[in-house]
Amino acid sequence: MDGQGVPDVVVIGAGVVGAACAYYLSRAGLTVTVLDRGGVSGGTTGAGEGNILVSDKPPGPELQIALRSNELWRALGRQLEGIELEVKGGLVVTESQEQQEALRAFASGQAGVTATEVTDVRDYEPHLAPDLAGGMFYPQDMQVQPMLAAAQLLRASGATVRLGVTVTSIEPGRVVTDAGVIAAGAIVNAAGVWAGQLGDVPVLPRRGFILVTSRQPELVRHKVYAASYVAAVESDAADLQTSPVIEGTKAGSILIGSSRERVGFDAAMSLPVLRLLAAGAVRLFPVLKQVRLIRAYKGFRPYTLDHLPIIGADPRVPGLYHACGHEGAGVGLAPITGKLIADQITGSPTDVDLSPFRPERFHVQL
Amino acid sequence: MRYDVVVIGAGPAGLAAATTAARFGRSVALLDAATRPGGQFWRHRAADTGAGHRDWATFAALRDQLSGVDYRPGSRVWFVEPGFTVHLEGGERFAGARLVLATGAYDRSFPFPGWDLPGVVTAGAAQALLKGQGVPIGKRVVVAGSGPFLLPVAAGLARAGVRVPAVIEAASPLGYLRGVPPLGKVAEAAAYLAQLARHRIPYRTRRVVSAAHGDGRVTAVTVSGPGGQRVIECDALAIGYGFTPQVELAIAAGCETRLDGDGSLVVQVEDGQSTSVPGVYAAGEVTGVGGAELSLVEGRLAGLAATGQPLPLALLRRRSALRRFAAVLARVHRTPPWAGRCDEQTVLCRCEGVTVDAVNRSVRQLGVVDGRGAKLMTRVGMGWCQGRVCGAAACQLVAAGAGREVSRDDLLAFGTRPIAQPVTLAELAE
Repeated sequence: MDGQGVPDVVVIGAGVVGAACAYYLSRAGLTVTVLDRGGVSGGTTGAGEGNILVSDKPPGPELQIALRSNELWRALGRQLEGIELEVKGGLVVTESQEQQEALRAFASGQAGVTATEVTDVRDYEPHLAPDLAGGMFYPQDMQVQPMLAAAQLLRASGATVRLGVTVTSIEPGRVVTDAGVIAAGAIVNAAGVWAGQLGDVPVLPRRGFILVTSRQPELVRHKVYAASYVAAVESDAADLQTSPVIEGTKAGSILIGSSRERVGFDAAMSLPVLRLLAAGAVRLFPVLKQVRLIRAYKGFRPYTLDHLPIIGADPRVPGLYHACGHEGAGVGLAPITGKLIADQITGSPTDVDLSPFRPERFHVQL
Repeated sequence: MRYDVVVIGAGPAGLAAATTAARFGRSVALLDAATRPGGQFWRHRAADTGAGHRDWATFAALRDQLSGVDYRPGSRVWFVEPGFTVHLEGGERFAGARLVLATGAYDRSFPFPGWDLPGVVTAGAAQALLKGQGVPIGKRVVVAGSGPFLLPVAAGLARAGVRVPAVIEAASPLGYLRGVPPLGKVAEAAAYLAQLARHRIPYRTRRVVSAAHGDGRVTAVTVSGPGGQRVIECDALAIGYGFTPQVELAIAAGCETRLDGDGSLVVQVEDGQSTSVPGVYAAGEVTGVGGAELSLVEGRLAGLAATGQPLPLALLRRRSALRRFAAVLARVHRTPPWAGRCDEQTVLCRCEGVTVDAVNRSVRQLGVVDGRGAKLMTRVGMGWCQGRVCGAAACQLVAAGAGREVSRDDLLAFGTRPIAQPVTLAELAE
């Protein structure tokens, strides 16, 4: 623990990405102070499902780091206690032969991803609707309890964690907060959906709702989602998109997503969206019809225009590094993000091509 | 169907609001979860003649006026949409140009070892069973907690032939005299105390039930106080530390809330019971626990305001006086902080099996700084009851751990329930 003196690194944000940065920076031998205006996991981390997915990533730079992150999560699952990491696999289901063919083609392009074509999805999920066309099983997909994962990463990091401290501006070598100025060798902007405002990078909110059912006996074993989900994730449309995503949790409740809307920080519950989510869930799992919804919550995914995270040094502000813009993949990509940031700050070599994630890719030269 | 005014809750406040609005020629829907009107205060049986009820004549008059109101018993509201559309379990919808929220309050509980034993019930549940079904919860019942409500509960049980070994009050209500209460209210309390004396029921102050004992059912309770501990045998315990206003529909509608003197989260209202959301009014306990008489006054004001009538000065003054008295009561019955004296192994959240210790550890080790954080890290308040039972206690623990008072945000984390009642996915999907 660093109580006094100037920390090597100040990490802004105690969500799962900030926590992973603190973890890998500390392991690299640096002293770290983590700041958050709220508590641990109070932002998007606390509003997610804890997905660690490779199945939904098309071939490209995000898939490459997702595969690396998947390995890191497996190691963390062995090292950290109480994060509820479940290596349960994901099942993507299709509703027509055309969809099945498209999914097959999609999966064949996902280098490094293990995918098994499934003809009877009920072999994997007995309660799925009988009229589904087929699917693809992805054994690498996992789930973690994201709030606990962030908390345990922070604990294991030994970083100084200062909660309830709001950063108002970032300057070279220091951050200005409502609790005074904090000097730092380097600064990591992991402020999630607020990272854009704070660090002048184009990160915007994309709202999503999740339904939570009462506790059930095991009805849903894997993460199950419709093939249309990938299209929704990759979409650039501002208007509402929904695509069914259903999974059980260790606590017994079933989580139902997913919706995507670009409506700023509008926190209002939208009944039409909740209805669409419920309809999608019962279409895939008719057994859920009589299951009761007890809760619904919303969150804001921090998205960027090209749907890729922003990871790396900001050429405009010496010592500032961004680790943000992960949209709905922040939990999955947290460890690799933390690792890459630590490598960059310590000057360690990395074999990951960081150019697709560099902050300046959005800059318009005038 | 579309109405001028939709009122939710048919207790004193909702009845007064609905009948007042109807008197001015407005179309009014009155939605209530119970099978009969009257709320908790006038909970009664089908053939009840009013014996043992307070102000029954007032209730009878309000009930007679329901002929001008579309009164819908058995209505369970699960969602309120802007504009306003009220969704009931079963699929029915009621649209209203104005919305009056008179959703009342329920018992506030603080856990202690044995609080989950059969035979341990809230004071409100004991009262509801007695008034609603004529069934006392036991033959030998200890009544405990804090607040003036313990008195009618004990008196009612005694009248029904139940032996009440003691009423255990955490506060020191001699403090009543320090305020400036309206005389009628003091007389009411004095009458109840006289009833207790007649039945030889001791009223023990500055004491709490610190544990309930029994194998499969409560057979005794431990009472702790300045003179040490004492075990009292009983076959039931009715316990309540005041009330928690039912604010979730108001929060879902977007209404501003505030912390009240008794530590509860309540709806912020102005003159005429208007909330921060235009067209939404709140009346009764949901704006601050203050008793049936205050609820009636607020209900009338809401009914007048929702129909654009002037607000009589006398009514506004009466409300102020009753609110002042409620504030005195809140101060007097401010119970000693539970967080400092609770048992670490006690299950705090019964739905999710979360102990006091788990919440304390989340504050010490997992970076929990507020009510929401405790929910995220421990699942406290995330189960079937959505924190209705454990929310107040959980907030106290977190605040004590963080070295501060319970905040509005802590309570909001538990009081925010956009889905107000569990609803099947089939119904939602419709």
